Amino acid sequence: MSATTLASALRRLGAGTLDSVERLGFAARFSVAVLTHLPAAFRRLQLTLREIYFSGVLSLVIILVSGLFVGMVLALQGYDVLSRYGANESLGILVALSLVRELGPVVAGLLFASRAGSAVTAEIGLMKTTEQLSAMEMMAVDPLARVVAPRFVGGIVSMPLLAALFSTLGVFGAYLVGVRLIGIDSGAFWGNMQAAVDFRYDIFNGFIKSVVFGVAVSAIAVFEGYNARPTAEGVSTATTRTVVASSLSILALDFVLTVFMFRGVGV
Amino acid sequence: MNRTTLDLWVGIFVAIGIGALLFLSLKVGNLLSVSSTPGYQLSAAFDNIGGLKLRAPVKAAGVVVGRVEQIRLDPQTYQAVVSMKIDRGFQFTRDTIASILTSGLLGEVYIGLDSGGDTQMLADGARIPKTQSAMVLEKLIGQFMFDKAASGGNGAAAPAGGAPASRSGASPPAASGVPGTAISAGGGK
Repeated sequence: MSATTLASALRRLGAGTLDSVERLGFAARFSVAVLTHLPAAFRRLQLTLREIYFSGVLSLVIILVSGLFVGMVLALQGYDVLSRYGANESLGILVALSLVRELGPVVAGLLFASRAGSAVTAEIGLMKTTEQLSAMEMMAVDPLARVVAPRFVGGIVSMPLLAALFSTLGVFGAYLVGVRLIGIDSGAFWGNMQAAVDFRYDIFNGFIKSVVFGVAVSAIAVFEGYNARPTAEGVSTATTRTVVASSLSILALDFVLTVFMFRGVGV
Repeated sequence: MNRTTLDLWVGIFVAIGIGALLFLSLKVGNLLSVSSTPGYQLSAAFDNIGGLKLRAPVKAAGVVVGRVEQIRLDPQTYQAVVSMKIDRGFQFTRDTIASILTSGLLGEVYIGLDSGGDTQMLADGARIPKTQSAMVLEKLIGQFMFDKAASGGNGAAAPAGGAPASRSGASPPAASGVPGTAISAGGGK
């Protein structure tokens, strides 16, 4: 009896491994196909604009509001600790560097994955379930060019802009709390910030991060949608998978990028 | 949603997104006044650079004129060679003194440049000949305690009195008034 359970466990293990290797292979083939269809997204600019509207413009509210609140909370918490060392005026540095380097790209990326990435997956998955993708192929319309590429490009365009808006609103929120509410000198707040934040090291690296996160989230979202099992349950699994996988890959990529970008500076 | 409204919204979105990037670059990063302006290289050799880090500011009269680009150890002289990038708008004389300073007690470490009266200027890639190393706090305290013990006169008590003297370091002016008593009080404990 134990031999049969062992055998079935082995069989499951083997099937699972083969499954994930097969998925990986499909993902690689799919990425190449999407990359070759990228020019299509620019030929059909109207479709891409529509996707920028759905993933970018409609995410504006959540990004702006969370950025504002993250900045305000950072200012309150930062002030609490900094005032113990009499370094109140460094609040601008603390807030600006943490937002521009880390929190802006990462938190905006996480919000973008759950707000826009999940929607893209659900949409493509449902198109597959209702056989719209097959119908397109039947009409000699390539779904990769018509459906996938515009969504991929739309996500890549939206994400850096959203991250920049998040950081900006965060700095503004910190200004409101730090200068208006607590009463730190406005000149010291901006002056220390400007002296500490470097364009090349901090802002440009943060921008690169947000572009990378945009590519990762969009790629995962369109892949999961295209790869979803064509059932109601399959679409819901794919949507969940998009959020989990893109959040994890944002955090992992952030670590890798930070190691390469900021290694020689602080340490 | 018809086509023009959609275009309008996307346009607004892209515009404020680029606006945010500009705000970050100009207001937060202060791109216009410092950094990424073309500059020239200067280097200086120090006996001890203390806590100097890459990208630390280089200041003249308190104004940031450049940044530290590279720090390495010269294997022949065992001196730290610091390369810095100075903004092109600022020229320094050949007898400039480069010193390593700290802003405040716990503040950042930076390089201060004090120009002299020479008429010739340092060219690109030049080495600043006169330097002043960082003041290491431990050495200063050690020196202070050594001087105290020496001026205290009780030669035999000097090494024993050293450690307790640092405990009463909060009131050095009062202790210096009666140096003998301060040390003997510490030593007698």
